[in-house]
Amino acid sequence: MSDPVIRVERLTKVYGHGEAEVHALAGVDLVVAQREYLAVMGASGSGKSTLMNVLGCLDTGSSGRYLLDGVDVRRLVDRQLSYVRNRKIGFIFQSFNLIPRTTALRNVELPLAYAGVPVAERRERALAALDRVGLADRVKHLPSELSGGQQQRVAVARAIVTDPVLLLADEPTGALDSHSTADVLALFGELADEGRTLVVITHEDAVARHAQRIIGMSDGLIVSDTRSLEAV
Amino acid sequence: MNAGEVLRVAWQGVTVNKPRSVLTTLGILIGVAAVIILVAVGTGSSKAVQDQISRLGSNTLTVTASSTAAGGRGGAAGGLFFPGGGGGGDTTSQNATQSRTPEITMEDARAIAEASETDEASAVLGVAPVVSASSVTAAYDGASHSVGTFTGSTPAYLLIDNSVVAEGRSFTDSEYTAHRRVALVGTSVAEDLVGSDVSDIIGEQVSFNGITFEVVGVLEAKGSAGPQDQDDRVIAPATAVQDTLAGYGPIGSIEIKATSADTVDLAQSQVETILDGRHGVTAADRDYDVQNASSILDAATSSNRTFTVLLGAVAAISLLVGGIGVMNIMLVTVTERTREIGIRKAIGARRGDIVGQFLAEAVLLSLFGGAVGVVVGLVGSHFTIVGVQPVVAPYSVVLAFGVAVVIGLVFGLYPANRAASLRPIDAMRYE
Repeated sequence: MSDPVIRVERLTKVYGHGEAEVHALAGVDLVVAQREYLAVMGASGSGKSTLMNVLGCLDTGSSGRYLLDGVDVRRLVDRQLSYVRNRKIGFIFQSFNLIPRTTALRNVELPLAYAGVPVAERRERALAALDRVGLADRVKHLPSELSGGQQQRVAVARAIVTDPVLLLADEPTGALDSHSTADVLALFGELADEGRTLVVITHEDAVARHAQRIIGMSDGLIVSDTRSLEAV
Repeated sequence: MNAGEVLRVAWQGVTVNKPRSVLTTLGILIGVAAVIILVAVGTGSSKAVQDQISRLGSNTLTVTASSTAAGGRGGAAGGLFFPGGGGGGDTTSQNATQSRTPEITMEDARAIAEASETDEASAVLGVAPVVSASSVTAAYDGASHSVGTFTGSTPAYLLIDNSVVAEGRSFTDSEYTAHRRVALVGTSVAEDLVGSDVSDIIGEQVSFNGITFEVVGVLEAKGSAGPQDQDDRVIAPATAVQDTLAGYGPIGSIEIKATSADTVDLAQSQVETILDGRHGVTAADRDYDVQNASSILDAATSSNRTFTVLLGAVAAISLLVGGIGVMNIMLVTVTERTREIGIRKAIGARRGDIVGQFLAEAVLLSLFGGAVGVVVGLVGSHFTIVGVQPVVAPYSVVLAFGVAVVIGLVFGLYPANRAASLRPIDAMRYE
């Protein structure tokens, strides 16, 4: 079997100094293999969002090692980190984070534009990704003209369009109604079945239950690591 | 991202908040237009002065008695330095008198005129002594007019002064030598005496300070140069004027016309050689001045240039202020779009992508302001401003526009860099 997508060793993240020191991550060890669908659970303040930011190369840990697709992220300079975020990771956020006043199609094209993909190919791949999430008929719509569920699906299309090794979702259903939540979770299930590696951060059992593996976090440490019954 | 896309995104950024972008652009617009218009006003006033001087003819020289000469040279010295030539014994005794108080005489003019026939003053085309009479009042048939300038000279004066006789005729050389009391009048003088049909005055006897002159011609109108009416004048033979109004003392000046504009300097040195000999002086202690139109032009041009630079500097400051406005708005934009910057970084935008985006936006604002400013400046330069018809200097258009774009770059750099150096995690948390 090839390299794991994520290998984290004794990862810590400390905010503040002296008395005010807060250990958001207090030494996390985690290995996520390819094609895994993983949910990270925990109450707010458990360190799960910090873990997500470090895994997504939006932030760096204070100590420890993090290998993404076999590459030690701490050794990368700013430009290389941009490349990693662009090619290796697809983000899905709680608040969708689409670029305002920009059509769904252009939003999905944007990572490809930063990657330097030619315009024609970019358009083709973006349309395919939007089609994949079931929004082929909404490509010219602005984010403000789409429902929450639709916006989140555009965000998913934007995340998968570069064909990254890792999809990271931070509370992806936190801002959605139950119907849209079901849509998005179904989409995640399909993506997992296609063989994509997914890490979903959530505090909802109902969301976590869809994953093959659930990790529980508390006070900056992993306290549980269970394989879902459904997955077995 | 290619250049087209960067521009498209920048355009989107600019058009999001239109009133704000328009106001920002206005700062640059006013700056660029001000530079163009004010430099045009400076150039225009300088051109007006040049026109005035060149109307005199750029190939004329004026010889006047120097007001600063030391004087006091003895008659013996005069004799030594002037061994015959132009005027004989009479000249020598005259010379001795002149040396005490700087004077220009009829004989000086005659000597130059004679030399111009030979190689000695080959570059001189015409010479005219100028005798002026002041406070002359003309009276005719109950009407009277206070004459602005009353000039006594030779027929050659008209050629040198670029004056043309519009009605009637000029006076002749024989009338000059015969001391005939004939006169040419300007249109302003004629209108005051006989009304709008100026030709009525031809052949009439007009009294100047009680001395009767026959008017033989009316001079073509020259218009006014600033406050001075160039048509308020009378020209008569210098011989007659000396007989009656001016007396036989030194003359006011000698007007000399060079054969062409290129020979003005040569004519000047030839005239100086003749006069140095006659006055018994050297270049160091000359008791007369020779001014040529181009030297007056140079002085006027350089003072006008200072004026233009000053105006341009004031305008440049307003352009700078406009640039600071661009920076201010770009900083606000960066703050407003912090979250967007975070998202873009999260999906893989490099530092350069973000810098480029915001820099393009700043340049677009200043480019647009600069372009409209150029249009406003060019249109504004068509109107007369404080009595000056502005003349657009092409360099000022290029410079103002170029500086506007550079200002956009320079003042956009700081906000763009600030945007690019935001950490994605901080930027995305920003609300």
